[in-house]
Amino acid sequence: MKILVAVKRVVDYNVKVRPKSDGTDVDIANAKMSINPFCEIAVEEAVRLKEKGVATEIVAVSMGPKQSQEQIRTAMALGADRGILVESDEALEPLAIAKCLKAIIANESPDLVIMGKQSIDGDNNQTGQMLGALTSMPQGTFASEVEVADGKVKVTREVDGGLQTVELNLPAIVTTDLRLNEPRYASLPNIMKAKKKPLDTTTPADLGVDVSPRVQTLKVEPPAERQAGIKVADVAELVDKLKNEAKVIS
Amino acid sequence: MSILVIAEHDNASLNGATLNVVAAAKAIGGDIEVLVAGSDCAAAGDAAAKVDGVSKVLVADNAAYGHQLAENVSLLVAEIGKNYTHILFPATSNGKNIAPRAAALLDVQAISDIISVESADTFKRPIYAGNVIATVQSSDAVKVLTVRGTAFDGVAAEGGSAAVEALASVDDAGISAFVGEELAKSDRPDLTAASIVISGGRGMQNGDNFEMLYKVADKLGAAVGASRAAVDAGFVPNDMQVGQTGKIVAPDLYVAVGISGAIQHLAGMKDSKVIVAINKDEEAPIFQVADYGLVADLFDAIPELENSI
Repeated sequence: MKILVAVKRVVDYNVKVRPKSDGTDVDIANAKMSINPFCEIAVEEAVRLKEKGVATEIVAVSMGPKQSQEQIRTAMALGADRGILVESDEALEPLAIAKCLKAIIANESPDLVIMGKQSIDGDNNQTGQMLGALTSMPQGTFASEVEVADGKVKVTREVDGGLQTVELNLPAIVTTDLRLNEPRYASLPNIMKAKKKPLDTTTPADLGVDVSPRVQTLKVEPPAERQAGIKVADVAELVDKLKNEAKVIS
Repeated sequence: MSILVIAEHDNASLNGATLNVVAAAKAIGGDIEVLVAGSDCAAAGDAAAKVDGVSKVLVADNAAYGHQLAENVSLLVAEIGKNYTHILFPATSNGKNIAPRAAALLDVQAISDIISVESADTFKRPIYAGNVIATVQSSDAVKVLTVRGTAFDGVAAEGGSAAVEALASVDDAGISAFVGEELAKSDRPDLTAASIVISGGRGMQNGDNFEMLYKVADKLGAAVGASRAAVDAGFVPNDMQVGQTGKIVAPDLYVAVGISGAIQHLAGMKDSKVIVAINKDEEAPIFQVADYGLVADLFDAIPELENSI
């Protein structure tokens, strides 16, 4: 079977992002960029399915600026066979991304699509579900376990109350949660090999997708800052403060 | 304005998150109707009819909706939702699973996790793990939103007397099936609704040591949470994770024990009214957001805390 994996270029998770002082946008001009952590888990899961003999080919797709090639190469170094970049300098909303992915799926006909449950920049948690709607494929979101057998995929999902298991017809969409796997580190030979793997580039216009934004960002601002607190000397003082100053316990 | 609120429920009763969503709907203003999609869910429908401010409850009672499968419920929401100006879901795992799917069927760009209503088309939401608050305006004809419960005080569960209407339509996509679930059973309050939360991190060292936190929690009537590190290490199950991609909590008192305070964890708890940090590393970033910090070995401090409350 063929697996399509979507990967996104985002500000590295260690960077504390701040708004620009004029409040028009976030200040990320010189920030370190990385593959979205949930997308990395998606690539790892696809690679494991290939190592188990379940999958035969892994195609990594990204949407974004030209530099998103770096994240596709990262996916290739982890084990993806080839890549597709949908190049766009405009920030793409989840619905637009899902529409581009739908167009790529029409060409590629994957049996399984694996992607992150959310990207850590926009924190939308939407694209996989939207792709499901547009392609009429079932969705296994927030996956902590994926098992492919007999033309179906069984997905264990992390839900508010614990874990839920669903069985989906293939082709299906899986979005990854943190506990699905622990991604490997790419070896140097694999990083070198990745540079030679095929990477095609297209654009939303080539795919016939209108990506005009539906939601306009009017302003960005920092969240309300918490006042710096105090250090207490011991447990007795802590309990006293909680009872008599904060009055949150009795 | 006509607003459709998608109820969070377990067929038998209404989940409190629904009350927060109705509060957000009230902030938008207009006629508020509630959809209860489930299986044998008449009791949840009746509970929704009593919620303050609700004018009508639509009950779609069919096996296809029993486990809230997104493939089925999204078809129903898209079908009836086009008659409304707004469709609001709670930002729970169910809401997050279904809302984008329904939105895409309506060709709408959904807005996730709103924390305030500025006007009928403009909302605030956190991005970048809550380090930035964005004010966003939707140009779609129907606004599809998920609502962060901690940002809106829930309306009263009683006092309303809405009409209940049964929906006949059955949407079964037939492409997914519920297999089973393992739900955590606990006598402690729900993490997202508790007024006191005690969370443990990597410093707890193992799952057995969480027993110390349970003892304190039971004395205070608190819920117990965890950092991602503690969940990833297998100390406790995933439903206890507080943070950017876990649960968002804002209790009156949040006690962080052995948690360093990564920005991803802070994203899930920094709107708590009072924050206490107990950590032996005085440089831990958690102290920068704590109202009361105690630099101490948690294995000494927690038993002492238990004995002094």
